[in-house]
Amino acid sequence: MKQQASTGRSLTQYLTGFVLALVLTAIPFAIVATGAAPRAQSLAVVTVAAVVQVFVHLWYFLHMNFSTTPRENILAFAFAAILILIMLGGSFWIMFDLHSRMR
Amino acid sequence: MLGKLTIDALPFYSWVAMGGAAVTVLCGLLFLGVITWLGAWRYVWKEWLTSVDHKRIGVMYVMLALAMLLRGFIDALMMRAQQAFALNSDGYLPPDHFDQIFSSHGTIMIFFMAMPFMTGLVNIVVPQQIGARDVAFPFLNSVSFWLTSAGAGLVMISLVIGTFSTAGWTGYPPYSGIAYSPDVGVDYWIWALLISGVGSTLTGINFVVTILKRRAPGMKLMRMPLFTWTALCSSILMIFAFPALTVVCSMLALDRLLGMHFFTNEAGGNMMNYINLFWIWGHPEVYILILPAFGVFSEVVATFSRKRLFGYRSLVYATAAIALLSFTVWLHHFFTMGSSASVNAFFGVATMIIAVPTGVKVFDWLFTMYRGRIEFTPPMLWTVGFIVTFVIGGMTGVLLALPPADYLMHNTTFLVAHFHNMLIPGVLFGFLAGYMYWFPKAFGFTLDERWGARSFWCWLVGFYLAFMPLYALGFMGMPRRMEHYNAPEWQPLLIVAALGAMVILLGIVCLIVQLIVSIRRRHETRELTGDPWNGRTLEWLTSSPPAPYNFAVLPRADEIDAFHEMRKRGVAYKRPKHYADIEMPKNTAVGILLGGLGFVLGFGVVWHIWWLALASLLGVAAALIARAFNDDTEFRISAAEVEEIENARYGALARAVPKSVDQPSTAAEPLPGSAA
Amino acid sequence: MTEAAAAASDAHSHSTPREEKAFGFWLYLMSDAIIFALLFATYVVMAGNVADAPPPHSQFDLTHVFAETMILLASSITFGFATVAIGTGRRPAVQLWLLVTFALGLGFVLMELTEFRSMIAAGAGPDQSGALSAFFTLVGTHGLHVSIGLVWILVMMAQVALKGLSVPVVSRLERLGLFWHFLDIIWIGIFSVVYLPGLIE
Repeated sequence: MKQQASTGRSLTQYLTGFVLALVLTAIPFAIVATGAAPRAQSLAVVTVAAVVQVFVHLWYFLHMNFSTTPRENILAFAFAAILILIMLGGSFWIMFDLHSRMR
Repeated sequence: MLGKLTIDALPFYSWVAMGGAAVTVLCGLLFLGVITWLGAWRYVWKEWLTSVDHKRIGVMYVMLALAMLLRGFIDALMMRAQQAFALNSDGYLPPDHFDQIFSSHGTIMIFFMAMPFMTGLVNIVVPQQIGARDVAFPFLNSVSFWLTSAGAGLVMISLVIGTFSTAGWTGYPPYSGIAYSPDVGVDYWIWALLISGVGSTLTGINFVVTILKRRAPGMKLMRMPLFTWTALCSSILMIFAFPALTVVCSMLALDRLLGMHFFTNEAGGNMMNYINLFWIWGHPEVYILILPAFGVFSEVVATFSRKRLFGYRSLVYATAAIALLSFTVWLHHFFTMGSSASVNAFFGVATMIIAVPTGVKVFDWLFTMYRGRIEFTPPMLWTVGFIVTFVIGGMTGVLLALPPADYLMHNTTFLVAHFHNMLIPGVLFGFLAGYMYWFPKAFGFTLDERWGARSFWCWLVGFYLAFMPLYALGFMGMPRRMEHYNAPEWQPLLIVAALGAMVILLGIVCLIVQLIVSIRRRHETRELTGDPWNGRTLEWLTSSPPAPYNFAVLPRADEIDAFHEMRKRGVAYKRPKHYADIEMPKNTAVGILLGGLGFVLGFGVVWHIWWLALASLLGVAAALIARAFNDDTEFRISAAEVEEIENARYGALARAVPKSVDQPSTAAEPLPGSAA
Repeated sequence: MTEAAAAASDAHSHSTPREEKAFGFWLYLMSDAIIFALLFATYVVMAGNVADAPPPHSQFDLTHVFAETMILLASSITFGFATVAIGTGRRPAVQLWLLVTFALGLGFVLMELTEFRSMIAAGAGPDQSGALSAFFTLVGTHGLHVSIGLVWILVMMAQVALKGLSVPVVSRLERLGLFWHFLDIIWIGIFSVVYLPGLIE
């Protein structure tokens, strides 16, 4: 029955994900298009919408969840996420620190 | 038609370079000639080059590594000789050639000696240690091997056609950019790394899946042998660190080929970002190499102390901790780039923290030996030599982790001495220990112990002679990579270092003699039990060399040291009542084809022969698509064939140790293997 | 333990090839995610290094990016429809949705190429400044992945036609799906890190 569990994805799941993704795309584009908010707030909205949308895609399109996804996959994902944070955070800290010291 | 390739690419610029080219070509021809002379092409092609058997691939990796060890070591000898003479003179090497030599020495030793050696041992051993019949993706394994070989091939061919990089093994821009290195050397370096890097990433994926999904029934994670644990952590690091190398090399290639400005001096390039990205890969790479060596030491120390490994859990946690911490220290390779004190301090402290789990490991090995019945076989000699020597390197590492101290020693020979002090005892001694420990498993006869011991002593003494002077020279202010110098007080120490290299040469000669002597005496030292050392882990349950399927019936592993426990309970050699058919992957030529195409692709891009590069790229795509359509990739070994092979195995066992087969032994009676 | 029980527990503890491949491919995606993360890091670090060239964001067009985003998102849902059709075993529907996904993906790649071409024509090519190098490399690497995905879709359509929805084919389609949806996630990063911040006044 594994076959059913891994391929028999329901249409509603995809459609829900699609609608959520549409909304989460429309919001940041609308903010930027209208220039309705100041720069800092706009950036915050763009960031939050992006992070939420990433999880929407993971949940509805890549079918990541805590019940059927194998534990190893979740661990690999978590490890990758930690490393990406370390690499991005470290690179920004190092490079912008150098940048500011060269001014 | 031939891009930048002209007759000038042949190394007529110096006699030494021509000699190197001639030796390379002759060695290649000799190798092909011997196979032809033996009439073994069919056998070599069918059983080795197209093999997807992890044991065969592992052996080929180790052969590649040993061949590249010779090449890399010749580079080292040439550098030591140059520096011993070059006081107020030019020595015998022109600067440009000297620069190529230190660049290729580093590149070869890291990427084409240490990496394949490690991958080879992991390939031979890990599937057997976890009680599996093969890796998860045997075809991918073959592709990885041939891509690594393609990279090695590009470095080798640079000796004959064109030149190699002069930018050091790290290839820092802007010097490695097109403005300052307009010839093909840096391109050879880039494409050798990119192509073999793909192979390493695939190897990492392969072994993580193998170890997590193919363990024998009952083998929980906390029952895995320590070598498997370190292989797992190292593979995880390969998956997550190699992308950084891919990115940074690709960017440098884009700068050089398409005139982009990632790392150039002008137009908004930022060469400091190269150094940042390079070491995001570079630091974990140290642990990719050293963790499996730690695994070898852990296996060897337990086997030859005749004791269970002390502090198994602490070793596992220390390994995992080192794996994660290795991603948090990369800035210590460039403290002097000009970061704020707070940045340097953070990475300095993080670096020192790594010494803690490493120290835990050293104590675990010492406590394993404590009150053990230690046998000083060659693998054990390498291990003891490692522990003593590595601690010195570790301490100089903690010294270098202090940013102010690093400012004094950065780019001096002190640093050179430090990382050789980590990598020679830490990595190479480990792999040589593994080579001598698992050789009987791979080939069915043991290696000569006297020549092994001689090799060890030469390496150990040679190491101290060669590198302790470099520590002193670093304190005296000698920069690394000097082609000549005018400080007379350096010369005596450099002569001692050169003598040390000569002693190491003797160690390498002993290794070669050991192999020849052992092959000639193979009929006397035939290993019939599968367990020459009275080992503890599952790889010693199989015959030597193992059957293609390793285990006719998958073993159960309900404890750490599963084989030792089985022997204690007298069930290790219990015969199953009947056998079943076994499905094994079919050999395929697609792996070697992809490797060959990768080599041609690299060569084409290096020389700007675009039609050739494009054609090989299309060839790669076609081969992959064709392979994707092939669903008939396995064959069946029938139960009758399995029974035949196993009968022969049990016959040999009965001849070797008549009592051990089919009846429980009274106590933990050690098998009198040929080592005893 | 009897041999039958041992054999049963063998079968239990060992994963199927399909599970192994799914996990292996997942690891590849994680590795690829690191590649993109570092390309993003480089873009953010270098976005101000414009030298004498026009800054990348001066070339961005919100409508164009929005259209690209919609096309790629639509291709995600059409691939989802193909996956649903695989679950119910309707081969023609699978082929149809794969074809639609291919067409949308191709449209996306063509739009991206148009953007690149107009930028190069406006003197904002990848060889003009560090910022532009980082922009073209990040966005181009994503486009290259999408292009490889397009070839893969064609290969899978041929396999579905020739081999039907056999177990290996379905297993490959599953991994293709992971790949395709993964690329959409990367694109969220691209429009949120590269395009939109550049277009905020």
